[in-house]
Amino acid sequence: MTTLAELIIVAVILLNLSMAASGSLAACIRLAAAQGVIAALLPLLAGQGVPSGTIVFCCAVILLKGAIFPWLLTRARVKAKVSRDAEPVIGYPASIILCLAAFAAASWLGTKLPLPETARVAWIVPASLSTIFTGFLLLTTRAKAITQVLGYLVIENGIYIFGLALFVEQPLMVEMAILLDVFVAVFVMGITIFHISREFDHIDTAELSQLGDWYPKQTGGEK
Amino acid sequence: MITLLMLIPLFSGLAAFLISDDGRRRAMLLAVAGIHLALTIAALVARPEMVPGDWFGLDPLGLLFLGVTSVLFLGASVYAVKYMALEKRDPGEDSDEGFIFNNEPETVFTGCLLLFLAAMTAVTASRHLGILWAAVEATTLLSAPLIYFHRHKRSLEATWKYLLICSVGIAMALMGNLFLGAAGLRSGLALDLGSLLSNAMSLDQAWLKAAFLFLFVGYGTKMGLAPFHTWLPDAHSESPAVVSALLSGALLNCAFLGILRVAQVCSAAGLSGFTGDILILFGILSLMTAAFFILAQKDYKRMLAYSSIEHMGILSLGVGLGGGAVYGALLNAVSHSLTKAGLFFVSGLILAAYKTKQISEVKGLIRRVPRTAVLWMIGFFLITGTPPSGIFLGKFMILKAAVSGAHYAAAAAYLFFLAVVFAGMGRIFLDMTLGEAAVLNEAEKPFKSSRQMLLPAACFFACVVLLGLYMPAWLNDIISGAGDLITGGTI
Repeated sequence: MTTLAELIIVAVILLNLSMAASGSLAACIRLAAAQGVIAALLPLLAGQGVPSGTIVFCCAVILLKGAIFPWLLTRARVKAKVSRDAEPVIGYPASIILCLAAFAAASWLGTKLPLPETARVAWIVPASLSTIFTGFLLLTTRAKAITQVLGYLVIENGIYIFGLALFVEQPLMVEMAILLDVFVAVFVMGITIFHISREFDHIDTAELSQLGDWYPKQTGGEK
Repeated sequence: MITLLMLIPLFSGLAAFLISDDGRRRAMLLAVAGIHLALTIAALVARPEMVPGDWFGLDPLGLLFLGVTSVLFLGASVYAVKYMALEKRDPGEDSDEGFIFNNEPETVFTGCLLLFLAAMTAVTASRHLGILWAAVEATTLLSAPLIYFHRHKRSLEATWKYLLICSVGIAMALMGNLFLGAAGLRSGLALDLGSLLSNAMSLDQAWLKAAFLFLFVGYGTKMGLAPFHTWLPDAHSESPAVVSALLSGALLNCAFLGILRVAQVCSAAGLSGFTGDILILFGILSLMTAAFFILAQKDYKRMLAYSSIEHMGILSLGVGLGGGAVYGALLNAVSHSLTKAGLFFVSGLILAAYKTKQISEVKGLIRRVPRTAVLWMIGFFLITGTPPSGIFLGKFMILKAAVSGAHYAAAAAYLFFLAVVFAGMGRIFLDMTLGEAAVLNEAEKPFKSSRQMLLPAACFFACVVLLGLYMPAWLNDIISGAGDLITGGTI
């Protein structure tokens, strides 16, 4: 079964690269969903004799990441009338090169932080760290509010890859609480995106720059 | 008792969404705040036993922060009830740009306030780091609607930044928690605080260090340590005064508690040197950032926000120095919460009187609103650490520990930035209080601060002054107990 798990890890890393390269917002949403679903399969493969609680949990994760999140995001995208492009601040080749560099750095870090023997799958740490980095890349170099939420989700995927493969025996309640939080987070962000699109007529976060210490307030101090 | 402490605000918060009668909902807010404080006091007296392995329990550290949160919330709800009544009467014209906006429904606001209290209680009482994480994330999500009370562009921008930066920060903390789990994997430890502490020596050191870094960045973002503080001034300046007070006084402490819990584990594992250096470094960095931004500040609510960053830096520095400084840091945490909440309450009144947040537009407070002006100046003296006050004592203890621990560079930087902050804030406060008040139009009624909104700030300030003069034995017990937990790492 380990080979299958390792295949999943490879798929996750490849999905990172394709997200960094993808210019279409809809495709990005689908890729992040696919990554979430694939990652959720990990604990089912990583050991023998999977308890029924874990199966329920994995199903919940798959439902959430494979169906509910993409649906919420697509709905926000359609409602806010976002154009199709991801509009990166840096070019796609640069994004890919950064991703590859991050993977190299993550592999090096993985050798510095060896997991105890109980962990069964190789390359967990590099895959998870490079996924987190891809999330940060999406978060910082794509201008739209939706891609920022997407980045947050990819970071979350990276964390799950690490967590799910290692801690099947953690109390289920804790994982459920964490999952609930992530769900509510995306939900609240979705609502906020809706408000932003209504208030500003777009969801380009580069325009969210009125607050700060460096720029004088445009119309401040009239009273 | 802990269950009640969490469930009462939880259910009343849910109920608040359904109660349409303003009077009843406001009465419920006050009642719940009162009951919560009463239960907290009962917990202080009874000191319920902690069962090993339980997810919730109150040790001195948790009790200390629970107490502060509870007291603050009572003050905030007294203020909020009047505030909501006033907001209802004449809804909003924007203070800076003059456009008209709507307010969030009061049901949502009250409901989120109460749920926010439930989440913060859960943070202070949790003994399992996974639960602690979930509770901290819940505080972020529940306070986002509070910041967006005034529905306009700037508050929306602040809410978005707050949500996103803090959520990503908290995601880093989750990663840290998993690393901590990896550190204990070989010896089969879960994230239960009690078992982590008693088996800390068997944790894998490399993983533990990585875990501390991630958790520090994660909770440090929420706590507002520089350079992760960028959401804080925006959120504090755009939200209503009550919410700013709760964010600064209670929420930042809760995030700090997250860092303290990991620091506890690290010092039990013999890594206090490693964690101490990081805490000192980022503490000084926060002090520096706050000092520079306070000097050039044009907006008085942002100034208060930067002052919070300064104090979070002081807390981090104090805990990093260890020894007697930990006691000072905890005393400072308590006094800062009370003082800063009071100052935000007063700033809300100034905003209501002058309808602007620009420092340059506010002149002659002492003539226009004398009672508010007096409180504003008292708050200034307290927050900058003028004796006698709890903040002065706390700051002094930290300085003493820094010098006696031969951290001369840190001590010098600390003193220098405190002086800069004092000068910067002194100029702003004096400018606002003194000077000629602008002549009012005939049509404009002179603003009169309501007694109900002045009272919480006055009480908080009185407490802080008292803390500087007389330290009650029970409080001393709790603070030193909490300090022992951080430095000793035992249960």
